[in-house]
Amino acid sequence: MQHLEHSKADTSKPFFEYLLRLGDDRLILGHRMSEWCGYGPQLEEDLAMANIALDLIGQAKALLEYAGEVEGEGRSEDDLAYFRDDIDFRNLQLAEQPNGDFGFTIARQFLFSTFNELLLERLQDHPDRQLAGIASKSLKETRYHVRHSRDWVLRLGDGTDESNQRIQQAFDDLWMYTAELFYMDEVDEILIKDGKVPDLKELQPEWNERVNQTLKEATLQRPDDDQYMATGGRVGFHQEELGYLLMEMQFLRRSHPEAEW
Amino acid sequence: MPAASTETTILDYLKEVEDPEIPVLNVVEMGIVRSVELEEDRVVVRITPTYSGCPAMNAIEQAIRLKLVEKGFTNHQVRTDYTHAWTSDWITDEAREKLRNYGIAPPDERSIEGRFTELDEKVIACPYCNSIETRLESKFGSTACKAQFFCEGCRQPFEHFKCI
Ligand SMILES: [Zn+2]
Repeated sequence: MQHLEHSKADTSKPFFEYLLRLGDDRLILGHRMSEWCGYGPQLEEDLAMANIALDLIGQAKALLEYAGEVEGEGRSEDDLAYFRDDIDFRNLQLAEQPNGDFGFTIARQFLFSTFNELLLERLQDHPDRQLAGIASKSLKETRYHVRHSRDWVLRLGDGTDESNQRIQQAFDDLWMYTAELFYMDEVDEILIKDGKVPDLKELQPEWNERVNQTLKEATLQRPDDDQYMATGGRVGFHQEELGYLLMEMQFLRRSHPEAEW
Repeated sequence: MPAASTETTILDYLKEVEDPEIPVLNVVEMGIVRSVELEEDRVVVRITPTYSGCPAMNAIEQAIRLKLVEKGFTNHQVRTDYTHAWTSDWITDEAREKLRNYGIAPPDERSIEGRFTELDEKVIACPYCNSIETRLESKFGSTACKAQFFCEGCRQPFEHFKCI
């Protein structure tokens, strides 16, 4: 009995971190997508991007709410979203990249969602029912995000010279943030040993295959993997741009910390 | 709490609560209300969102609370339950017919091992004229749960409630 309690205490901290990572990816990318609202290249796309933003922010809400519960210090999802500074955010640097042009936003979404479809497929069988439920719900939504962004990668890549060149540039610029998708540290190691979360290395071949296939169909070149790859988001290293995003996202709540609406 | 209340009678009351975005359906036939339980003298209602980011969830929770108070259940709790992901499979045949009459092409199939046919590969009949000369305009409509179609038969756009 004592042993059981001991092992439970051992995994609650990494599990909290794990949920925070999943939640922060979605909160930050969801906020980025919401910046398109009212600026989409056409009405349908404006709606699509607002919908994707809502899905991601909704997923973040569920994950951060649960993270707060697991942490057990009384922090709500709003406390976690609005009252942490950039060094406490655990999102991928990929997720915080500024929107750039439409092609850049689409390429970012495609790389992110393709990874998450694979991850959520595994997490939906997680023994923790709450995480499994959130994952299986998020997976349904993520499949739409993959199809939406993939369609656009094909259309832009195999479109005009300019659209081809611009989305190729987007993939070239984003590539240095893709290694971090598969970043693992002791948080993952403890939970993997516990048999509860997937080893991200195992997702990489399938991710490569899916990305390669789409790039090929879109007549695009896969950027070189042998280049500087950024990491650090998972332990709180972020770029300057995240600060501006947080300032906009958090200022109202911080100005009126007791407000209810 | 009113005497002789049972979970079934309370569930019937909740059928009077409309879905704020699709008012022809109530929150029970939409599958949003997952359970009603009596815990001593408290009513506990579990709800689940159709989509993670469904912006109507707060309004739905409020409407359920108001209905419970109206029926005399002041001691209540509405909890959001994430353990089972909502699926369009929970929309009953009767509710699908209501959707069609309302002008929304309902989910056209039920899942097999959790999967549906890809939206691009589907033929969705127009809810207005029943023509199958329709085309997908966008996988996302006015809300995340719907996609936009256009009907060549009656030259009108319409929405389709997606299978998820
Ligand atoms: Zn028609």
